[in-house]
Amino acid sequence: MELYFFLAKAIIILVIFGITLLIATYSTYAERKVAAFIQDRIGPNRAGPWGLLQPIADAGKMFFKEDFIPAKASKWLFIAGPSLAMITACLTSCVVPFGSTLDLRFLGIENLVPIQGIDVNIGILYVFGLVSLGVYGVMIGGWASNNKFSLLGAMRAASQNISYELAMSLSIIAIIMMTGSLSINQIVDDQDAFWKWNVFRQPVGFIIFIVCAFAECNRTPFDLPECETELIGGYHTEYSSMKLGFYLFAEYINMFVSSAVISALYFGGYHFPGESLLAGMLPADALGHNLLTMIGVGVFFGKILFFIFFFMWVRWTIARFRYDQLMNLGWKSLIPLSILNILVTGAVVLAWPKIESAFAFLN
Amino acid sequence: MEALTNRSKRVSNKKLSLGERLYLPAIVGGLGITIRHFFKKKVTIQYPEEQRPMSSVYRGLHVLKRDEQGRERCTACGLCAVACPAEAITMTASERKKGEEHLYREEKYAAVYEINMLRCIFCGLCEEACPKQAIYLQSDKLAPSFFSRTDVIYGKDRLVQSMETITSAKSVKSGLTTSDRYVDKVWKNGKY
Amino acid sequence: MVQNLFYFFSFLAVLSALMVIISKNPIHSVLYLILTFFTLSGHYILLNAQFISIVNLIVYAGAIMVLFLFTIMFLNLKDDEFVGSRIWYNLGSVFIVLVLAGLLVSKFAFAPVTVADEASMDSQIGMVENLGQTLFSRFLVPFELVSVLFLSAMVGAVMLGRREKGEKNF
Repeated sequence: MELYFFLAKAIIILVIFGITLLIATYSTYAERKVAAFIQDRIGPNRAGPWGLLQPIADAGKMFFKEDFIPAKASKWLFIAGPSLAMITACLTSCVVPFGSTLDLRFLGIENLVPIQGIDVNIGILYVFGLVSLGVYGVMIGGWASNNKFSLLGAMRAASQNISYELAMSLSIIAIIMMTGSLSINQIVDDQDAFWKWNVFRQPVGFIIFIVCAFAECNRTPFDLPECETELIGGYHTEYSSMKLGFYLFAEYINMFVSSAVISALYFGGYHFPGESLLAGMLPADALGHNLLTMIGVGVFFGKILFFIFFFMWVRWTIARFRYDQLMNLGWKSLIPLSILNILVTGAVVLAWPKIESAFAFLN
Repeated sequence: MEALTNRSKRVSNKKLSLGERLYLPAIVGGLGITIRHFFKKKVTIQYPEEQRPMSSVYRGLHVLKRDEQGRERCTACGLCAVACPAEAITMTASERKKGEEHLYREEKYAAVYEINMLRCIFCGLCEEACPKQAIYLQSDKLAPSFFSRTDVIYGKDRLVQSMETITSAKSVKSGLTTSDRYVDKVWKNGKY
Repeated sequence: MVQNLFYFFSFLAVLSALMVIISKNPIHSVLYLILTFFTLSGHYILLNAQFISIVNLIVYAGAIMVLFLFTIMFLNLKDDEFVGSRIWYNLGSVFIVLVLAGLLVSKFAFAPVTVADEASMDSQIGMVENLGQTLFSRFLVPFELVSVLFLSAMVGAVMLGRREKGEKNF
């Protein structure tokens, strides 16, 4: 039943896409709430109960604002900028495994259906590819605005993204070396026990990765491309209406995807402590399997939401870096540190059989 | 130099130690502070529904006082207009006619008395200058927002104290200006 | 399906490669070049070489082209900055194009046409594992030489970018 398999896959992709957009939408609300709570305020609470309709009101406002294109701007590129930012942001979530597999044999689907857009064996590289393309939206938008501040913002975005991409990829290589696969699925399945989570096996790599994730998302403390005090609005100074909305929205989608990737790579993805115990308690038929998978999906989204909160928490705690500090941190600290991390990991991976046999008497 | 307070902190430019240069302990400390504030009691006041008690020395919307018998106190001497640094007050004096004694306390009164609320800076100098204790800045009433420039000039129709509030006007310490009231309050409470 | 995709990608590749040369604005040229890289990545995927395809995107479209764009945006190129003789410039470019075209034609026009043998064809040859095996066994020496080349380039770049003694500005 190939057709049913494709249908199930299509539904899963649509649901993932919808959830991505939904979470990104409500991240804008959560951002304001978190900001308010950390500053001892209440935050938006007028639109709907507890202000829950606020994102919809914001979107409505964005849509009805005047869509302005500067006279000397390069018109097509001006439109292409936010579109590219949005496209690259949305594409990334399709390789993230949101859960293990669904058993849909009662629908006549022979294979187990993985809760993942596409399972490519180079998943993590796909993420990096799209992340590295994400900077084009910012650069093109900043250049097309024909404004010095926008251009400066775009320049900053480009140099910052290139610098931190390096450290990010290098920190991942340690994980890839341990797992021996580029597929996110396998990296997640490699962490099926609590003590095997990569955050415990790769603490340095985790810190490097999360710092770089902040930089790649242009989030505070690395939000120099849109640094208000120096550059007005940075690359989106000239933007208005839904084009501006796309830029802001893309940032939140990126945040969601980064959180998903962080939890998949370092926090065991959809695995949770006590999973095997629970699997033993549940019936071993399709229902039990699906139930376990759904719990795993819930746990994974819990982890994602925590990291989205963490992004916001950090934003309202740490002040913005100065530009030279940013570059020094990236090139002089994170990259050497991640190379060192790779060397140490490689040595340990090679020596691991010997270490294990040396401590064999413990077992 | 001797410090005036114990709050000043001397800046030190010493080299950071390795632990400090890692920034991580400081960042974690900062995160701790913000998360503590996350669960703190919120200070927000939901404005239209709940209102903050205002200070008794607050300088809000002006009022032209009447005396105990309901007569206007203002005698159009013009001292408030002279005192006004923003030149927001204008007035036209007029003479009291026979049979108007119950309306105006003195022989001269202000036929027109206008305050331009866009100019007014609510400094309270008119209140200080008034020899007849006629003009006050109410502590419990704010100047409202305007939607048209014609709304901005407040005439006597909106400035003179309404007759219904006369009885309660006695309770207001007449003859005290804002600064007097402030000194009074400080004296009573013993704190600033 | 695959054939149609092949023609689509090829058409787009040739078109965008032409646009790189034709378009007046250097920024547009770079963007068309990026589009060309995308179509090439599409070709790699059609060849079942996912790794090469994505690495092509990361390295060329994601890093090198960003630097290109970066530099061009800073330079603010104008048309009237060209100095020198227009005729010699044109003649020179025609000559270079002819030489390059001659080389390509002489290479490919007389090359034997090979057809993929479906029986001995390994569809997994473009996967990461196979690529790694090949790179680290059969092509080990060239691979290491290339990495040495990169290292020397890196050291050279650092040396060029180093601040001189007493120099205050960047």
